[in-house]
Amino acid sequence: MNNYLIQLKSVSKSFTDKTILQNISMTVNRGEITTLIGPNGAGKSSLARLILGLISPDSGKISRAEDLIIGYMPQKIHIDPTLPISTCRFLQLANASLEDCNKALEQVGIPDVKHTPLHKLSGGEMQRALLARAILRQPNLLILDEPVQGVDFNGQNELYELIGELRSSLNCGIVMVSHDLHLVMSATDHVICLNHHICCQGKPEQVTQDPAYLDIFGETALYNHQHNHQHNIQGKVLDADGNHQPGGGCQHD
Amino acid sequence: MATISLGVGANMIDFLLYALLAGIGVAAVAGPLGCFVVWRRMAYFGDTLAHSALLGVAMGVLLNIDLGIAVTLICLLMALGLVALEQQEVLALDTLLGILSHSSLAAGLVVISLLSDVRVDLMSLLFGDLLSVTKADLMVIYLGAGVAILLLATLWKSLINITVEPELAAVEGVNVARVRTALMVITALVIAIAMKIVGVLLITALLIIPAATARRISATPESMAVIASLVAMLSVVSGLATSWYVDTPAGPSIVISATLLFCLSLNYKQKG
Repeated sequence: MNNYLIQLKSVSKSFTDKTILQNISMTVNRGEITTLIGPNGAGKSSLARLILGLISPDSGKISRAEDLIIGYMPQKIHIDPTLPISTCRFLQLANASLEDCNKALEQVGIPDVKHTPLHKLSGGEMQRALLARAILRQPNLLILDEPVQGVDFNGQNELYELIGELRSSLNCGIVMVSHDLHLVMSATDHVICLNHHICCQGKPEQVTQDPAYLDIFGETALYNHQHNHQHNIQGKVLDADGNHQPGGGCQHD
Repeated sequence: MATISLGVGANMIDFLLYALLAGIGVAAVAGPLGCFVVWRRMAYFGDTLAHSALLGVAMGVLLNIDLGIAVTLICLLMALGLVALEQQEVLALDTLLGILSHSSLAAGLVVISLLSDVRVDLMSLLFGDLLSVTKADLMVIYLGAGVAILLLATLWKSLINITVEPELAAVEGVNVARVRTALMVITALVIAIAMKIVGVLLITALLIIPAATARRISATPESMAVIASLVAMLSVVSGLATSWYVDTPAGPSIVISATLLFCLSLNYKQKG
């Protein structure tokens, strides 16, 4: 058995001559939480979709563990109100028994909504319902694309806590996409900072125990690091003087 | 005298019966398919396929092949072309569909007008000619509707899955492209058989209105599909009755019946 769940080697991807991802190498290990952070349009969701196998890379290699089972929580899901479908039924679409669905809803803390029509769920309930469907297939890798999107602040913390708990109860690896540096959960093992290329990666660092900071951000960790370069609005690498470096390397202090 | 009038009466009953059976056959499949048209917002898609059916008639007459086969082929080609075009990013899909829909309708009308040696009843193509259904038509309709219902039932779960969220379905192992193509093919098939009933201009109405009516009183996708079928059948029966007693065109009368049923359904508070 490989130690990794998924490994990317020098993977690149372009969409209509715009390079979205360039030379990405990363490894997701069993039981580890990896967080992808970066600004809007940095290619985070594209990277998640490459890992999911929904799109193929233009170059590079993606190796998957033979026993890999992925549970996926998409970024947002639009349910047309013309489609009458209960939350329970939505979960059953993952080829799961009614019993398993009820159990999954309990695990994510929303056992009461099983008969509620999907389009009537609140933002937080919807995210949890998606999470419930993701864990239904007993995955060893969960891929969560902006899991706290559309959830209020307290709800976000609760959701992050839940994700941490699921990691231990399911014993699965997690790849999480987030655009918010401050909300990267403290449980993250590995942070990858992405802006078309991997700007830097490493372990998050507990920044502060300052009560004022905790008041504002709760139990969150800041991934504390500095770049030796900037990006312009297109994500091109700029040097310290703000000039574009053609094909310039991207390094960190 | 008596024998003659008896003969006419029997004929009348025959062709009314054929019309009724044909309408009910199409209505049975229009229910579940119409639900997908509504859920997946494919109304314009349906229109485009339906309008291209007229081009199919023109080609059939031009090449002297069976009209039913010609229409089915052109609809299938159009459906597969649309699946491919869905991927392009040059134009918004509804703009592209608008171009295809109306240009194929126009092309069909022009080609038919050029066929001077063949009399084609344009009105019956555009608005249906339910009362001229023959025994052979009836068999084609039931064969087509049967195949379409069988395909829908087999693919039901995957179809619901890709309608709710295609990427999630793909990750869970559903071949999204294949299921989506199958739905297009089923739509083309149903349009080809429904043309005789309501004509190319009103086919989408028979798909959408019963489904929209069923939505008000359905709490699951399955109940909505079944209720839509029943509503479509009721529309066919009442539309045909109106046509018979008030001497109105059958196709438009069916659509009016469906619309009235929809208006009635608005009195119900939407379930689910």
